[in-house]
Amino acid sequence: MIVNTTLPVSAERPNSLRGGPSARGRFGEFGGRFVAETLMPLVLEVEAAYRAARADPSFQAEIDRYLRDYVGRPSPLWFAERLTRALGGAKVYFKRDELNHTGAHKINSCIGQILLARRMGRQRIIAETGAGQHGVATATVCALFGLPCTIYMGATDVARQAPNVFRMKLLGAEVKPVVSGAGTLKDAMNEAMRDWVANVADTYYLIGTVAGPHPYPMMVRDFQSVIGEEARAQMLAAEGRLPDIAIACIGGGSNAMGLFHPFLDDAGVRLIGVEAAGHGLDTHQHAASLLRGRPGVLHGNRTYLLQTEDGQIEEAHSISAGLDYPGIGPEHAWLHDIGRVEYVAASDDEALAAFQLCTRTEGIIPALEPAHALAHVTKLAPTLPAETIILMNLCGRGDKDIFTVAERLGVAL
Amino acid sequence: MSRIAARFAALSAAGRGALIPFLEAYDPDPASSLALLRGMPEAGADLIEIGVPFTDPMADGPIIQAAGQRALAAGVRLPLVLEMVRAFRAGDDTTPIILMGYLNPILSYQPARFCADAAAAGVDGLIVVDLPSEEADLLAAPAAAAQLDIIRLIAPTTDDERLPLVLEGSSGFVYYVSITGITGTRSASAADLAAALPRLRRASSLPVAVGFGVRSPAQAAAAVRVADAAVVASSLIETLASSLDAQGRAGPDSVARVLDQVRALAAAVRGARVPA
Repeated sequence: MIVNTTLPVSAERPNSLRGGPSARGRFGEFGGRFVAETLMPLVLEVEAAYRAARADPSFQAEIDRYLRDYVGRPSPLWFAERLTRALGGAKVYFKRDELNHTGAHKINSCIGQILLARRMGRQRIIAETGAGQHGVATATVCALFGLPCTIYMGATDVARQAPNVFRMKLLGAEVKPVVSGAGTLKDAMNEAMRDWVANVADTYYLIGTVAGPHPYPMMVRDFQSVIGEEARAQMLAAEGRLPDIAIACIGGGSNAMGLFHPFLDDAGVRLIGVEAAGHGLDTHQHAASLLRGRPGVLHGNRTYLLQTEDGQIEEAHSISAGLDYPGIGPEHAWLHDIGRVEYVAASDDEALAAFQLCTRTEGIIPALEPAHALAHVTKLAPTLPAETIILMNLCGRGDKDIFTVAERLGVAL
Repeated sequence: MSRIAARFAALSAAGRGALIPFLEAYDPDPASSLALLRGMPEAGADLIEIGVPFTDPMADGPIIQAAGQRALAAGVRLPLVLEMVRAFRAGDDTTPIILMGYLNPILSYQPARFCADAAAAGVDGLIVVDLPSEEADLLAAPAAAAQLDIIRLIAPTTDDERLPLVLEGSSGFVYYVSITGITGTRSASAADLAAALPRLRRASSLPVAVGFGVRSPAQAAAAVRVADAAVVASSLIETLASSLDAQGRAGPDSVARVLDQVRALAAAVRGARVPA
């Protein structure tokens, strides 16, 4: 067990890694609430509303009903037998969050947050999106609850994720392309925060990942932890024990946080987060905030960032729009610093190879995001004995990526 | 007495409000930007706010975003902004200079070293947009040690319960963000301001500056009728931007045009409290 006196420990859970964040929204030195004064009262209001909701059993009951009857949870745990044979080593299981309604894990947090927004009496929803999965999930719950919704999406991402843009529009959302910066997720988040500042009275900002000002990293983690909680119980049922390794891809880090959090206190479970190495970690075209960044403040939280020596934020790069972000959730930054989670990276090309392998061996087209996690599984599994169990979060399906993949493979559609 | 306190005391004695024009450091190039800074006091600036460019200015609208992009393209870095202040101070030891920007470049520089270097260069106060009271301890001690004022933003969303917390640790003056929104978009009405100011006056004896949405001489005059200072930013930058050529380079009259606008604003501010 890792011993570190700076851990945020809760009164209910002494000696636990699951007690964070602190009252100031800190995970170790990371997290916090670095927003303009105009937003600060709103951020505090979201926190108070969330704490009240969490203490109310009817809130969780409501979430559970939507997750079961609308999203389709629990998602299955699948033993990827042909992939396991092909890799010739450890046993590989997929947590199949790509089977959720809307095709990714993002809906888990959208259900929780839209129910919170309704409790708060908010009449309008805004969100940022990278790959478009969070935008689609947000547009979906807004359609379900009849709330108007504006999605900010970088202009570069609008171009490379055309199917998701159309899906959002079909669902009734207004999609606003953001042209500032490189036109990716970071810029979309800036623009969403500008919208929120200008529309404080009626608007709820539905953040898609475990980043942003406190309480968002905690709240989104809590809503996504259903992934790890289910997987833990399913693994015990299937194998009679916990996995040896749990692995997930990391952009902002919401699917990974959701998988990891219920396993944090299981010292025997190795946790591995896979960042996007893009064209390579030693180029300037990657999205590996933990492996190549350093601590700073952006988008309301202190965390690892890709930045220049002068503190200007650098553009990230990944073939996967969902990982193309120069920051990472603050809880990951802390788990990295204390060494509880190992962080590694997979390149565009490795993800592309894993994407194809998964498609042909398992009949599952994964999103390019979890293809990064799978790329690391393909490196790791062959080095491990057959008794070793790897649990990977297959957090999204790849229908949205077929155009990108076709282009990279030189196929004209 | 600090330069900021001395300036507000003198203006109060003279019975008039202050004009605080804004410029983005290095926009569109170092020489024009320094010329603008040096020309502002003579044109009627009582205090000057210098924007420190940042890649992700979340509280700024398109006009200041574009200014920041031009400045970054011109090679601005935080030490160079301090150099610019040092160059200005060689010729002006009284006009207060306030740096306005975002936290991350200061963190990269190291807060203690930054505050010491900024004070040594002749900076008087700091406005850090994304550093609310809840996180203010990060900069409070180093700023106090360097005798830099920390100027806090107060917004229409800052309620009476929160106001004392925000004012605690504020010095120099209080910056009232007169709208809920980003820079250079909408403006508060004179009635909005008249309603907001008494609340601030009851809570603090510091001078109050009004910013965000103060664009015209008439709006600046209206602001200093109820407050102690008017901050004008986006409309000056718009003038500068409109004087640039297609490649974004300053024209021969870029600096003069902005300074003319400062003069017009200053005339309105100086005449604002004179009975008609």
